[in-house]
Amino acid sequence: MSKNSEYLIERENKQYEVIIGLEVHAQVTSESKLFSQSSTKFGAEPNTQVSLVDAAFPGMLPVINEFCIEQAIKTGIGLKAKINKKSVFDRKNYFYADLPQGYQISQYKYPIVGEGKVILDMPNGQKEIGIERLHLEQDAGKSIHDIDPNNTLVDLNRSGVALMEIVSKPDLRSPDEVNVYIKKLRSIMRYLGTCDGNMQEGSLRADVNVSVRLKGEIEFGTRCEIKNVNSIKFMQMAIISEANRQIDLLEDGKEIDQETRLFDTKRNETRSMRSKEDAHDYRYFPDPDLLPLEISQELIEKIKSDIPELPDEKKKRFIDKFNLSPYEATILVSDIETSNFFEEVIKNSDVKLATNWITGELFAVLNEKNLEISQSPVSAKNLSKLINLIKDGTISGKIAKTVFEQMIDGDQDPLIIVKEKGLKQESDPKAIEELINKVIKNNSDKVAEYKSGKDKLFGFFVGQAMKESKGKGNPQLINKILKEKLNG
Amino acid sequence: MSDITSQSLFELTSNIKEKKLSSEEITKAFIYRAEKSKKLNVYVTDNFERAIDQSKKFDSNPNLDLKLPGIPIAVKDLFCTNGVRTTAGSKILNNFVPTYESTVTQNLWSQGAILLGKLNCDEFAMGSSNETSFFGNVQNPVGENLVPGGSSGGSSAAVAANLTPVTIGTDTGGSIRQPASFTGTVGLKPTYGSCSRYGIVAFASSLDQAGPMTKNVRDCSMLLEVISSFDQKDSTSIDYKRNYYSKELSKDIKGKKIGIPKEYRVDNMPDEIEQLWKNGISYAKDCGAEIIDISLPHTNYALPTYYIVAPAEASSNLARYDGVKYGFRSTGQNLIEMYEKTRSEGFGDEVKRRIMIGTYVLSSGYYDAYYLKAQKVRQLIKKDFDDAFSKVDAILTPSTPSSAFKIGEKTNDPVSMYLNDIFTVPINLAGLPGISIPAGKDKNNYPLGLQVIGKPFDEQNILNISYALEDKINFKNDISDWWLSE
Repeated sequence: MSKNSEYLIERENKQYEVIIGLEVHAQVTSESKLFSQSSTKFGAEPNTQVSLVDAAFPGMLPVINEFCIEQAIKTGIGLKAKINKKSVFDRKNYFYADLPQGYQISQYKYPIVGEGKVILDMPNGQKEIGIERLHLEQDAGKSIHDIDPNNTLVDLNRSGVALMEIVSKPDLRSPDEVNVYIKKLRSIMRYLGTCDGNMQEGSLRADVNVSVRLKGEIEFGTRCEIKNVNSIKFMQMAIISEANRQIDLLEDGKEIDQETRLFDTKRNETRSMRSKEDAHDYRYFPDPDLLPLEISQELIEKIKSDIPELPDEKKKRFIDKFNLSPYEATILVSDIETSNFFEEVIKNSDVKLATNWITGELFAVLNEKNLEISQSPVSAKNLSKLINLIKDGTISGKIAKTVFEQMIDGDQDPLIIVKEKGLKQESDPKAIEELINKVIKNNSDKVAEYKSGKDKLFGFFVGQAMKESKGKGNPQLINKILKEKLNG
Repeated sequence: MSDITSQSLFELTSNIKEKKLSSEEITKAFIYRAEKSKKLNVYVTDNFERAIDQSKKFDSNPNLDLKLPGIPIAVKDLFCTNGVRTTAGSKILNNFVPTYESTVTQNLWSQGAILLGKLNCDEFAMGSSNETSFFGNVQNPVGENLVPGGSSGGSSAAVAANLTPVTIGTDTGGSIRQPASFTGTVGLKPTYGSCSRYGIVAFASSLDQAGPMTKNVRDCSMLLEVISSFDQKDSTSIDYKRNYYSKELSKDIKGKKIGIPKEYRVDNMPDEIEQLWKNGISYAKDCGAEIIDISLPHTNYALPTYYIVAPAEASSNLARYDGVKYGFRSTGQNLIEMYEKTRSEGFGDEVKRRIMIGTYVLSSGYYDAYYLKAQKVRQLIKKDFDDAFSKVDAILTPSTPSSAFKIGEKTNDPVSMYLNDIFTVPINLAGLPGISIPAGKDKNNYPLGLQVIGKPFDEQNILNISYALEDKINFKNDISDWWLSE
């Protein structure tokens, strides 16, 4: 990466580098929970998706949901990571009202997935972020403190839902990289169908580890962990605020305490949750209710064979096969829905035009209306029809924009719009010649000026001819015939 | 026909199948005797009314193909029973009524058995004398103010006192075999993974096993056949072909190699235990078995290992009893205070002691020295048995280092109480099947038991050896019914 793109925080001739590592908690896409058959559907009435196992009734035992295991393996493969053939579920012991067992079943020493990597496309080129591990664990329930003035209410619907904790190496160096990293991770998991990445519903959250050091230093500084941040924007704000807090301490000659902090989004600052001394002793030990998890090579191979084309590979294909620029390809593959939409459109239409229309007009509309591409008001089928109308000269690009604006309203068929509104482009050379003759006749003075060397007037004639055609004249044809007439 | 309640399970099922007795007659006979036996304090919760209804229902349309046709059975109060209070002997579950049934008890009802009630036990199965129960001591029918053993003390007393034809207990470190030994009854702990743990209040998950407690070996084989099953709801349940234990029961043990481990001759073991063991060996020889001296070198480490592993698991398993979801709840100004008061008031001393031991051995900084080391030693103990079983078919030892002791005698000395499990815990640590059969009496005329230990899943073999020994020993448990009220 070039010098000027480095993210550094400056203080009196000193430059500080920010070191960031993320522990992302991604909810596994699965109908049922990690160790019970309760539904995981979001938004149900409180405590309606709770089995005896989830509520930790006496004598209830966890039974592994094998689908969740496969999802974790799949994600591991997507992260180009090592799949551990033997892993162990441990109990992480602590008391809380929304933790019915009094322990969370997680993986501590032996996670299901080992080291991997994620490639970031940054403006100045690619950067590789190391993945330390991925492990499976249960989510806790939810404590609700603000409904009843005297009691805390507990909703166990989330209790036992499968999470993947994806731990990055401390390779991230800026809020921008964090943004791209989270989006890339989400993109990979959405391609794989292993996590829907919906941050509003809490399907993706992160603990953010931040430390700072003077530029050029090799040793890491003391880090603080900011717990449970649930949007990219807040992660970025938290990092900036926490890094500055740490730098202020160092500048004052003070030490940074290793501690767990919380980000207060209203005040835009982090505050201490517990110090290292107060850190919980979770008394991890292997859960005796579950045997060590053994994964066969056959299962890994089977899952591998089901892995769809992932963003990095798709990007390469788009560049190689469709001659897209890396920038265009990056945009189109960033989300599986977008790339699917693109591929659907280009099945029957021109790639270059499709790229421009999707990344241009369509994205503009989606942004304006705050829609996902899956909710696009214009279907891939109709967009490809529109592109074909441009390509075969039925309408001009300019008319196409008018047509597109109408298509948005209820995904109308562009063929019908063009027909009903009579927007078909005039591409009959005879008709064009006729209207050009008319323009030349009505502007004989300008013709004389043009012929005497005022070349700039050519645009004027094009405009007049277009106007005469009520905007429907084929621009290429107008150009061609005008040139012949005026220069001939 | 002898008195109904003194009949074995085999006799009762035969009488029902031959229509000599009805389920109602049998059920009422046991209930009648229970009403006069309150002094023993075996029941925590009775189910008498419902049991009579169910027996009538059975008689109205009897299915005589079942293995336990209309047989009333009381079970240890550690098994969750749908709609019937389940306390685990603890105040913290004093008011807990499950909405579900444990797999093992479900297996009983599916074969026609009827629930008589829930039997007293040590709190969360932690104890060797039934003295830690919130519901009070159980009297051993063998003699007044004697403990019935533990933790399945209500169960052993109920079988010995003819208050249930058979019962089921659970055994984490000897909780079936030791009380069987103390009451002159038969108790079998199956191979870990044979009987489902689903719906059994957990003590130490890697050690807990349910098993039959009966008057004799044949009944034991009949009951094991019913309760042992593969269960997908328990991830540690093992799917293997189980024997028809009662059909395959045989006294022919000619040529069987029986190992005698030298390490089980512990210091200060009473002579009468030594003599009992010798007698057992000579009976085995009489039956045509070959006696082989073996060594289980890590035996000495079994008890300390057990008292790290079991409390560690228990400290975590009992975390769910926090007053939030079910069971006893005390009041507090905040969550932490509520937890502290609920658990301080809800648990008894022995349970608290083990939670503290378990919490300590799992703490960071101590984990490697205690828990991890204990797990390694556990592997060595297991390997001792693997090595021994390459030479022998079964192992014969005493069940306990002493006979039943007086109530209160050891309550202030936990370590001496723990020593009671010295011969039984290695078997749990190794996950093996073990059975205790009555084999003789001490100078006070209190019963003593011998233990037969088998290879994994070799329950049939230890049942057969026990069956043969039982015949030679010809044990008679002369119990005077001293506790009966008018």
